[in-house]
Amino acid sequence: MTTKQEYMALLEKSLGDRLTIREAPAPNELYLSLHEGALALVPETCSLLTRSLKAHFTTLAANDERMLNGRFSLYYIFSVPPADLFLILQVPVDPRHMEVPSISHIIEGANWFEREVKDCFGIIAFPNIYKLASHPDWPEDMHVMLKDVDPGQSVPRVKGRFDFKEVEGEGVFEIPVGPVHAGIIEPGHFRFSVAGEPIISLALQLFYTHKGTEKIAEGRSPRHAVFLAESISGDSSFGHAIAFCHAIERLSGFDPPPRAIVIRTMLLELERLCNHISDIGAILMDVGFSVGAATAFELKEQFLALNEILTGSRLLRGVAAIGGVRRDPENGPSRHEALRKTLEHGKRSFEDLVSLIMTSSSVMDRLETTGVLSPLDAYRLGITGIAGRASGIDRDYRRDHPHCAYPESHVHVATRTEGDVLARVRIRIDEIRDAFALVEDLQGRHAGQPILAQVTPVPPGRSALGYVEGWRGEIIHWVMTDKTGNIFRWKITDPSFHNWRALTLAVRNNIVPDFPVINKSFNLSYSGNDR
Amino acid sequence: MLKIVKRVLWGGVATNAFPTTIAEPPDGFRGKPVIDFARCTACGDCALACPTSALTVGPDPGEMEGKVLTLDYGACVFCGECEAACPDTIRLTKEFRLAAADRNALCSQALYRVGPDGAYRYTGLRVTTPAPVDGIQASGLALKQKIRKVLGRSLHIREVDAGSCNGCEVEITALNNPIYDIERFGIHFVASPRHADMLLVTGPVTRNMEIALRQTYEATPEPKMVVAVGACGISGGIFGSSYASLGGVANVIPVDVYIPGCPPRPEALLHGIFVALDRYGTKRQADLIPPR
Repeated sequence: MTTKQEYMALLEKSLGDRLTIREAPAPNELYLSLHEGALALVPETCSLLTRSLKAHFTTLAANDERMLNGRFSLYYIFSVPPADLFLILQVPVDPRHMEVPSISHIIEGANWFEREVKDCFGIIAFPNIYKLASHPDWPEDMHVMLKDVDPGQSVPRVKGRFDFKEVEGEGVFEIPVGPVHAGIIEPGHFRFSVAGEPIISLALQLFYTHKGTEKIAEGRSPRHAVFLAESISGDSSFGHAIAFCHAIERLSGFDPPPRAIVIRTMLLELERLCNHISDIGAILMDVGFSVGAATAFELKEQFLALNEILTGSRLLRGVAAIGGVRRDPENGPSRHEALRKTLEHGKRSFEDLVSLIMTSSSVMDRLETTGVLSPLDAYRLGITGIAGRASGIDRDYRRDHPHCAYPESHVHVATRTEGDVLARVRIRIDEIRDAFALVEDLQGRHAGQPILAQVTPVPPGRSALGYVEGWRGEIIHWVMTDKTGNIFRWKITDPSFHNWRALTLAVRNNIVPDFPVINKSFNLSYSGNDR
Repeated sequence: MLKIVKRVLWGGVATNAFPTTIAEPPDGFRGKPVIDFARCTACGDCALACPTSALTVGPDPGEMEGKVLTLDYGACVFCGECEAACPDTIRLTKEFRLAAADRNALCSQALYRVGPDGAYRYTGLRVTTPAPVDGIQASGLALKQKIRKVLGRSLHIREVDAGSCNGCEVEITALNNPIYDIERFGIHFVASPRHADMLLVTGPVTRNMEIALRQTYEATPEPKMVVAVGACGISGGIFGSSYASLGGVANVIPVDVYIPGCPPRPEALLHGIFVALDRYGTKRQADLIPPR
């Protein structure tokens, strides 16, 4: 364990020549402002941070600060698990030279982030000809996140085609799928190149559900933006809402009361439970094991109904608030009883389900060695969350950056190295068991105490990170307030944005009929990715 | 194998009895907001608290010194902020069956005049003139009758996510689980619009999904119906209209029925689908499900 002071001294010694280190309102954040003219040192600095200083690239936020200081800024955000620190490398960008050196050759996981910055801000980092965030029919010079672009204006359609890496050769053909899929799922376009049954390559066109969340939030009050955060990804409503509240609380410098923290943790774990069970059901459905799937869906429904009893919303909406929570889920004996009963019954039927799966050889046969993501690829691409943990990436914000009530709870981080569908199922099973134990442990703690702190006005011109280990992985929000305390910039990073590339690697050499089950085993969010 | 047999034989019946018996949602459930207009002074605190502008208070264009309060269930995300801002006057009831075939039926407008003491007083509801039965609507009605006649108790639905957050999809997927088991009504979700009688559309319709939605609509054979699901599908919801969002399904394709909610719970979805089929008025409830 390195302390913050030791780490700062280390940074000062190795990077002091090119950047200034300054502390932030949140105690575990350090801003590293790169000096003007040191632009060429960005890749080397990132390389030093990740290779020598144990930092992991987390997200990249661009910000149009021309009205504040006449330039743009790029914020490369790194997490340092051993010191529970976040390093935020601030790189100034001159509006007359909208280019920065790419870091993708050092940190491959930064590729999509750099391409998104190019599409939304026009700042060129990764010189990729393929668009990512804007569709082929967007005008080339339309960069919506610039402050002088009116969020209400309509985007004209231009002629364009979906470019992707084409595979040629005898017997190779393409299968286009989507954006309207066969099942009840979100829209996205997949282009498979296959020779016979095995998939040679998969290209993605996402951003069909791009709703301009980050842009339309600008100028809104943080209080209203909580509801926008709930709609970033419907199945992670609570995780995203809490990550956003966390950011606002950290930049304001106040803590929610202990009871609120306990409630947040309980509900985060209930969200994890519910979605993991749902995923297991969906995977069983895709391999044709209806009995298991029906059992899982029945169990999921019990937890959705429990959510409604506890909070009035099946997706835990309307609970998160800046400074705490709006509702106490254990308020009243009937709620307490419902929670106890559902947990007790849920645990039993979940164990029955697990033994049903593990003793069914036809199911195991479909899951084992299917859709392998190798630990090397997972590490290279910076894969997070359950997908990462199933491929040997031992990272979990509940342990590495303790938030909510996780510091007091014993969180067991399950990892495996096989990286196949079965490994992702097993990780889910372990986390479900862990979540049952956590919720039971937290029940009734600090009961009856206040759940919402007296909220002071949100301070102007500050920024902070908010983070939560959601059920898919780490959810990171970076928020900066304007001079009235409303939102100036809000960068939302759903774990799916890291992980979609893992899917394209995991499906290679698998047969097309196995694609649905591989896809479900990752269960990435389209809406969280596209925002 | 024995375990599977055991589960199948002794699993029991999980399906609920909706709509024969309608279970009341639990305490704390946030359904249709109701305003006690007589106690309201049109101060506008509720409108300030509302994140989606489902509640607005503004000057009455028809009357000097008048105010009009508009409550739109089609934009409401049922967060309860208005109730918290004005607990004396606004209450979120447990009513969740809000689906309507007429967009105007989801809006109510209350009028206020300034009284001698300077305070605003409620004077009545604005009577919305029913939408004229024009060509589209008349044919929509005829279509509905035709569908019922042609399909009887079999309906094929194609779900289209036109940019939703996935919340509505969680609930629509739940319709297939053993609890709600939508197939007992003869309703199936199908994989292609070409097999569908009804499109169940969610999301505010993003710019990037507009063409796909139009093409899906065109691929659906006549007679067809469109149901817009959730606050986003009805009005754009929390996302409204912007460069990225078109503010509701009806701005892109004609809509027959609207199902409010954020997201609507499965029973509200079932209710909405039934409204679409106009089953309630014409078929006895006993016909819907055989008594157990």
